[in-house]
Amino acid sequence: MPGRNAMHSKIPIPEQDPVKRRSNFDEVTIGYTPEMAVKEAGRCLQCRIPSCVAGCPVHVPIPQFIKAIKEGDFKKAIDAIKEANFLPAVCGRVCPQEDQCENNCALGKKGEPVAIGRLERFAADHGMKSGHTDIQRLAEPTGKKVAIIGSGPAGLTCAFDLVRLGHRITIFEALHEAGGVLFYGIPEFRLPKKIVLHEINTLREMGVEIVNNAVVGRLIAVDEIMNEFDACFIGTGAGLPKFIGIEGENLNGVYSANEFLTRANLMRAYAFPEYDTPIKKGQRVAVVGGGNVAVDAVRTALRLGAKEAMIIYRRSEAEMPARNEEIHHAKKEGVRFEFLTNPIRIIGKDGGVKAVECVRMELGEPDPSGRRRPVPKKDSAFQIPADIVIVAIGTRANPLLPQSTDKLGLNKKGYIIADKETGQTSREGLYAGGDIVTGAATVISAMGAGRKAARAINEYLKSKSSDKIVMPNPESVILNQVLNQVQDL
Amino acid sequence: MAKILEKRLIRSPDVFYYKIDAPLISKKAGPGQFVIIRLHEKGERIPLSLADINPEEETISLIVMAVGKTTSEMSTYKAGDEILDLCGPLGQPTHIEEVGRVILIGGGFGVAPLYPIARAFRSVGNGVITIMGARSKDLLIYEAEMHYVSDKVIITTDDGSRGTKGVVTTALKQELEQNGADLVMAVGPAVMMRSVCETTRLFTVKTVVSLNPVMVDGTGMCGGCRVLVAGQSRFACTDGPDFDGHQVDWDILMNRQKSYLDEEKESFDAWKKRHAL
Ligand SMILES: Cc1cc2nc3c(=O)[nH]c(=O)nc-3n(C[C@H](O)[C@H](O)[C@H](O)COP(=O)(O)OP(=O)(O)OC[C@H]3O[C@@H](n4cnc5c(N)ncnc54)[C@H](O)[C@@H]3O)c2cc1C
Ligand SMILES: Cc1cc2nc3c(=O)[nH]c(=O)nc-3n(C[C@H](O)[C@H](O)[C@H](O)COP(=O)(O)OP(=O)(O)OC[C@H]3O[C@@H](n4cnc5c(N)ncnc54)[C@H](O)[C@@H]3O)c2cc1C
Ligand code: SF4
Ligand code: FES
Repeated sequence: MPGRNAMHSKIPIPEQDPVKRRSNFDEVTIGYTPEMAVKEAGRCLQCRIPSCVAGCPVHVPIPQFIKAIKEGDFKKAIDAIKEANFLPAVCGRVCPQEDQCENNCALGKKGEPVAIGRLERFAADHGMKSGHTDIQRLAEPTGKKVAIIGSGPAGLTCAFDLVRLGHRITIFEALHEAGGVLFYGIPEFRLPKKIVLHEINTLREMGVEIVNNAVVGRLIAVDEIMNEFDACFIGTGAGLPKFIGIEGENLNGVYSANEFLTRANLMRAYAFPEYDTPIKKGQRVAVVGGGNVAVDAVRTALRLGAKEAMIIYRRSEAEMPARNEEIHHAKKEGVRFEFLTNPIRIIGKDGGVKAVECVRMELGEPDPSGRRRPVPKKDSAFQIPADIVIVAIGTRANPLLPQSTDKLGLNKKGYIIADKETGQTSREGLYAGGDIVTGAATVISAMGAGRKAARAINEYLKSKSSDKIVMPNPESVILNQVLNQVQDL
Repeated sequence: MAKILEKRLIRSPDVFYYKIDAPLISKKAGPGQFVIIRLHEKGERIPLSLADINPEEETISLIVMAVGKTTSEMSTYKAGDEILDLCGPLGQPTHIEEVGRVILIGGGFGVAPLYPIARAFRSVGNGVITIMGARSKDLLIYEAEMHYVSDKVIITTDDGSRGTKGVVTTALKQELEQNGADLVMAVGPAVMMRSVCETTRLFTVKTVVSLNPVMVDGTGMCGGCRVLVAGQSRFACTDGPDFDGHQVDWDILMNRQKSYLDEEKESFDAWKKRHAL
């Protein structure tokens, strides 16, 4: 709740009008002006022991960069952030700040916390506009070659850290664009693609080679990579969509959120027929799920012209794992929410979708995630008319790479087993991190994993050049809060 | 970027052969696999089967039937032109082993992937009989090539203008009755593959089909290519494209292939208008 006293609430961030924005793909939030940023930065107490920093998975020096903004030294602000976070323009927009830095902020006890995310975004955007973000000095070439598989936030961060240390980096990416979920999943109106492209260009300018259309496990095997390179990092994400397993799921007009968003974002189907890829523009769109993915899908459907777009979620609003800000935006845009509701059947007509049959749920005993388990209410079945259904109930590990790789330790669910501190897998010189290790999580946790692996790979390469190979002990796994933020629905 | 080294019209006016420079893919690909191409920045990703694989030359070949916007646009590309994105090899290669007598059936563009598949079956010691069908003799493609890699080629045409009059399943039935087979594989339009499966079911011959649902990424990420096989949802791009034809839910496949009929027409019409066709 914004307090009455200005000191108690964040400076509001300018946004596109909800009525206008629900029919365009431009970014929803417009960002602070320098004046707003300086004013918001002025709210920070500059705590001597800043608890916000502890809440940030990559420990951005928050009070320092906020102080620089307050003093109007925006370059200093972005330089400070970039030391810890290679993608601040992305993180400022998509991190769940309310669960991380801002959740810890001292001001949050009495009113609203400092708008750390918005300030981070301001510093990053300002830096990008004035072209002084690219501070990266590279170390002398080491002659070592590292391969990175997957160009999502985990792979990009690992590449960034290693190239700065003088190693030669090649990224293998299956799709025709780099960025992983940042490109194909998170929509333009929340994360403009030009920002992702800018960051990827920065990497290219630093000498990172990106090989697109390279599906590792098909075009080239991990074993071949291990022969050619001194070390390898796997950051292939958790890209395999789950379906519900109910009747009617194979009808036309039933999409996985991945397919719907990939068509819209990666293939720009919202600009069909200027762009060739089609997408079904439903009149009444039902999205099943409650995470960021579901909210992105429903808001995309709205922008494609749906008269009604709704979320069907089996728990209540309080349990929704999506970012608060996005739920709030979705509501303002007119998205309908059916909480405590679970689909049991999709009803078809002429090969397409006519309605979703659902049951009402109530919350029972807490489940292992600590959230109360939803259980169906008796005799509560009812139908929601819809012509498009989008399934956003989570993802699994894509088995393509693991299946084609010998001696790679996997857990029961098919995720790669890797040391939480180093990313070390069951094979020497082979590291992994991000969603392919943790299951679907967050951008920043994937970046954190990429960074830790980079550090470990650098140590490994050093030890290798002196012919001393020190294998980390997989038993010495320290539970890491960040990597455990599994976004289970 | 992938360069087109050679292009030929192999059936007027709409079927083209392309030889494409693809050093790495040519070394890795196996029969039955496919690639996904994107012609240009605004293009869609479409799957195309490998019609030939030549690692010495470092090339792959594609046979493309112009049926809509993207395939027609590709037909305007010439030798020397470049395709923006070429991704592959995708899918699992066809399982090749010595079983004895193998009947291969191709229809439409399905004849393209049959060439490397036939060669592979034969190279491990199988007898290979190829059955190819078309409405009339002018619509047949790749007949001469299939002779190189088959022990016997049977042609059927609906109008009897060449080979046996009738459809491929007529010839298939005859062949099964007279000589039997240890394995049948069909590649082509879903209706054709389905009737092949109906025929072979009567003879209880194992039948492999290569499914062609609409695809986007080809890496298992979108699920758009899902097909129902033996009651299980499978992704054709990563689990397939080959499946046991007797287990495939053909209605779902054929319905899903029609998902974008309106949009495909809109896109094709707009393109034809721009090109004054
Ligand atoms: C729609 C959506 C919205 C989200 N919103 C948020 C949000 O607001 N905030 C947040 O913090 N998190 C969000 N997330 C989660 C976050 O995006 C992911 O946790 C994060 O991107 C994981 O990063 P990664 O590097 O591990 O993998 P990914 O980003 O998944 O990237 C993996 C890359 O590897 C490539 N790849 C896969 N297999 C192969 C192979 N065999 N060979 C070569 N390349 C391969 C893929 O093509 C992909 O580019 C969202 C996710 C989705 C899908
Ligand atoms: C595994 C596989 C291998 C294939 N191999 C060949 C081949 O070797 N030669 C060949 O000519 N064609 C092949 N196809 C079919 C080819 O991909 C389609 O003809 C092409 O996508 C049509 O695009 P279009 O824009 O020209 O026509 P559209 O007007 O878009 O479509 C025409 C027809 O093609 C189908 N189609 C459309 N988009 C796709 C898509 N993204 N994926 C699959 N099918 C689609 C539709 O069901 C429609 O009936 C293959 C398809 C698959 C799935
Ligand atoms: S906890 Fe809040 S007030 Fe304290 S330093 Fe961090 S951002 Fe500033
Ligand atoms: S084409 Fe996307 S999963 Fe198969």
